[in-house]
Amino acid sequence: MDAIFTLDNIRYDYANTAQPALRDVSMSILRGQRVAIMGANGSGKSTLLRILDGLYFPKSGTVTAFGEPLDEHHLMEDAYAHAFRRRVAFVFQNPDVQLFNPTVYDEVAFGPLQMRWDKQKIARAVADTLDMLEITHLRDRAPHRLSGGEKKRVAIASVLILDPEVILLDEPTAALDPKSQSMVVDFLVGWANSGKTIVTATHDLDTVPDIADDAYIFQQGAIVAHDTPANLLRNHELLLAANLVHAHHHHHDGVPHSHPHFHLGHAHEHSSGI
Amino acid sequence: MGGEAHHGKRRGNFIQRTIDALAETLERSLYAEQLAEGGGLLQRLDPRVKLVAMLGFIICAAASRNLPVVVAIACVALGLALVSRIPFRSLLPVWIGMFIFSGLIAGPAIFLTPGPSLATVPWLGWQVSSYGVRSATLLILRSEVSITFSVILVMTTPWIQVMKAMRVVGVPTMVVVILGMTYRYIFLMLQSASDMFEARQSRVIGKLSNADARRLASATVGVLLSKSFQLSNDVYLAMQSRGFRGEVYTLDEFRLGRNDYIAIPIALVIIVSGIWFGYV
Repeated sequence: MDAIFTLDNIRYDYANTAQPALRDVSMSILRGQRVAIMGANGSGKSTLLRILDGLYFPKSGTVTAFGEPLDEHHLMEDAYAHAFRRRVAFVFQNPDVQLFNPTVYDEVAFGPLQMRWDKQKIARAVADTLDMLEITHLRDRAPHRLSGGEKKRVAIASVLILDPEVILLDEPTAALDPKSQSMVVDFLVGWANSGKTIVTATHDLDTVPDIADDAYIFQQGAIVAHDTPANLLRNHELLLAANLVHAHHHHHDGVPHSHPHFHLGHAHEHSSGI
Repeated sequence: MGGEAHHGKRRGNFIQRTIDALAETLERSLYAEQLAEGGGLLQRLDPRVKLVAMLGFIICAAASRNLPVVVAIACVALGLALVSRIPFRSLLPVWIGMFIFSGLIAGPAIFLTPGPSLATVPWLGWQVSSYGVRSATLLILRSEVSITFSVILVMTTPWIQVMKAMRVVGVPTMVVVILGMTYRYIFLMLQSASDMFEARQSRVIGKLSNADARRLASATVGVLLSKSFQLSNDVYLAMQSRGFRGEVYTLDEFRLGRNDYIAIPIALVIIVSGIWFGYV
């Protein structure tokens, strides 16, 4: 498998913050790989996705996408920008940010319009995408009037219509009810055999084994672990240190006792005591 | 969006009144959208036809120097509201507001315009001129007719279609996009403001002093501004991510139907006659 993205020693700083958002980040994402980026809030996951989507540019280090440097200079070129935007899609964490068009139909058609597809092709593609996501009945609704789950479907439809090679998802199940969460996970699982490269930033450990076959754990902007999801999820001490699980305090026969506690499936799993 | 209407009034301190006002704004906009999706006559017309016809009626009323013609156009407006199932009670606040506003501007003309005297104001001795009354009535009526047509358009057409129609009839794309984004994000900001006030209210005990209320309001405005700045940055990134490079491309898919082909000549006759007789 060839590398879609190669990051070499990336550093990114936000203005007026002492801590870098990302530091010393080096990684490769291969074609067809499903990668989970795990980390607590503020660990740099969203910043990493924005760098992969060419929205932010690192202060130092290099990013290569599809064998070419991904930098501001390259993205100024019309041909390169169109090709890149066509191949890489980003589903933002907050659908309210992503849904800025007056109707669901316009929202889904926005990407193809920017790619200057002809209108008949757009009409066909929008109809097919709405049908695939089972949201045809929402086509004339205003996106901001939809429920959280419906918004997320529209957000996914709005990027899937371009049939991108890479899909970046930022906390796709955050703030969704269980039914909508399961719908999103089903989509991600369904894409497993599509050959698409899928990078998901999440701190929802429940879903990771289903949606990824490679995983990174980020802490304070740096990679602290890289392994298969199964191996990482077995390392409770690492998860506890990365704030991905919380310590569970209780008493055994009157003796105070604490150990990592996290939720996998519907069972509360307790590891051996600390 | 959680724009749920608050049906009970919670009169009391500054925060409660602010929350009520925010909720009312959301409620009004939702009500207008529901009306726009209703089954009245205007709701069945193409938005472009409505937009151009309403503009024609407004120009007709504004250009007319003939009071009976303006009254006739006002009757057209009322008739359209009736057949479009717009309750007059929802138009009443608009009419009262416009009457006060235009009355303040037109009022002095009643006394200042030279002409035959109709009456004299007791104690002040000011003469009420018949020409003054006529020109004040004309101005107020024109304003009322214009605002009525505008409100009828907005109440019978989802705002998104009004914007699309504006694009089709040649309003610059960037202006329409800015209007659309403003409309779309005003809901988010209103919801955000409403949530902030409710969160504050849950932590405020007793009545706020005027000074505290002012401090609270200015702090809230500051936070909202900061949030809107963050939101606009994120929206721009989301647009960029989907290929936006400064130019706007749109889909226009309105189609004229049988009702439109009937409405167009009728509107044309009314507008041309109104302009013709308005000058006579």
